[in-house]
Amino acid sequence: MSVPIAGVGMTPFGQHEELTARQLFAEAALEAFEDAGLAPTDVEEVFYGNFMGEFAEQQGHSGPLAADMAGVTAPATRVESACASSGAAVRFGVNRVRSGGADVVLVGGAERMTNISTAEGTAALAAAADALWEIKQGITFPGAYSLMAQRYFHEHGGGREDLAHVAVKNHSNAVENDLAQFQRAIDVDDVLEAPTVCSPFGLYDCSPMSDGASAALLVSKAYAEEHGLDPEVAITGTGQSSDRLALADRVSMTHTPAAEQAGETAFAEAGIEPDDIDVAEVHDCFTIAEVLALEALGFYEQGEAIHAATNDETTIDGDLPVNLSGGLKAKGHPVGATGGAQVSEMTKLLRGDHVNSDAVSDAEVGITHNAGGTVASCVVNVLEVIA
Amino acid sequence: MSDHARDAGYDDFLDAVEAGEPYYLESPSGNGWLPPREVDPETGERELVETDLPETGEVLTYTITNVAGPSFADDTPYVVAIAEFGPVRITGQIRGMDHDDVEVGQTVELSVGRNETAEERVVVFEPV
Repeated sequence: MSVPIAGVGMTPFGQHEELTARQLFAEAALEAFEDAGLAPTDVEEVFYGNFMGEFAEQQGHSGPLAADMAGVTAPATRVESACASSGAAVRFGVNRVRSGGADVVLVGGAERMTNISTAEGTAALAAAADALWEIKQGITFPGAYSLMAQRYFHEHGGGREDLAHVAVKNHSNAVENDLAQFQRAIDVDDVLEAPTVCSPFGLYDCSPMSDGASAALLVSKAYAEEHGLDPEVAITGTGQSSDRLALADRVSMTHTPAAEQAGETAFAEAGIEPDDIDVAEVHDCFTIAEVLALEALGFYEQGEAIHAATNDETTIDGDLPVNLSGGLKAKGHPVGATGGAQVSEMTKLLRGDHVNSDAVSDAEVGITHNAGGTVASCVVNVLEVIA
Repeated sequence: MSDHARDAGYDDFLDAVEAGEPYYLESPSGNGWLPPREVDPETGERELVETDLPETGEVLTYTITNVAGPSFADDTPYVVAIAEFGPVRITGQIRGMDHDDVEVGQTVELSVGRNETAEERVVVFEPV
């Protein structure tokens, strides 16, 4: 059953000095209300994504707080699935509407990250990994994905230059996007010559620390008709899957079964195949992550997506434009807001009011892929034009 | 060892490595897991038996970490790797060899070390 998206909102991603996560979410939510033509009092339930509030702001229990800041008094729950938190919040909202339990649900998320040091932020993000068998061994979030990249190169070939093309592409896509943290083009040499964070990743292989928030208003079809709303885009399929937290406990370090399963569920619900997708927003927290996502979603066989950006297949003029928003890499990655931001950006891309919409003017079907940890959590949403 | 509460299973494993008797948990199907586990997540089997860990393992992947969290800030650069010991894969740090010489396929043996920053125990792989 499809669930219309009545409105979306998103703060610019980047450094918002002094702004707390609660304020950021209020800003995104109020934009979504305006976009939808709805009021906070219309909301019947809230699902709010946030990952590291305890680390950055000493703030837990942030569902009711975020709702209150948006002027909403409906039941509110924080959803925490690491960097997939707000993707999961969107999915919970979709299923809440489908169940008939609510006609208007506010979903989204927020994260404040730049108020703490890089070292503290690194430690906070590492908490998405296994505390005993990974964190205590010194694994960092970039380090975990580096382990995947190194193994990928060993099994399938490819190298740093291929990954550099992913970063170059996503930076290029962000240049005109005023919501993006880095509206700056880079070239392959910039990526290859950047300081090493953890081999094989340099600085430009990694998404940044960001502050930001995202929001969307999901409504039932009946409610939309009754209230004269005219949503142009709906979520027609949603899937979520999990895997073992520790990379070492997985069957493979070079593919992401949770994303495969979430994708299959979302495709089946929407009644479509990967070939039907016109445009994709995938979770490129690190350059290798985009490669793994494209393979998991069935756009490429395993071992083949490493060359996708190099061959211009996923660039803005390619067969399947990927991360036209700039992705996490250039748009920014306030982790708890990212999944909702993908939905917000994809909604605009499909409606035609995104700065990069002209590149996909005929697009009718989009997909968002939002991952937590090293894809121990994954949420995939299919969005389609309905109007 | 710093003054902190023990983590059952994890600290027991490190104690066993230090005593020269590392083990893993094996299910009737032959799957191997690190403790603590009550159930083989692949099969649902509950009869997990402590089994001797093979003495050597093979490095499957590694990364040289230059940017760390506060707990490892004084340890950089350090090498994190995943090594396969029979049916079990373990994450640890490679020590005792030049970082530039580490390769996938390197044979290693298991020990326990301390990190410089917090003096906490870490799993260590050393070249054989």
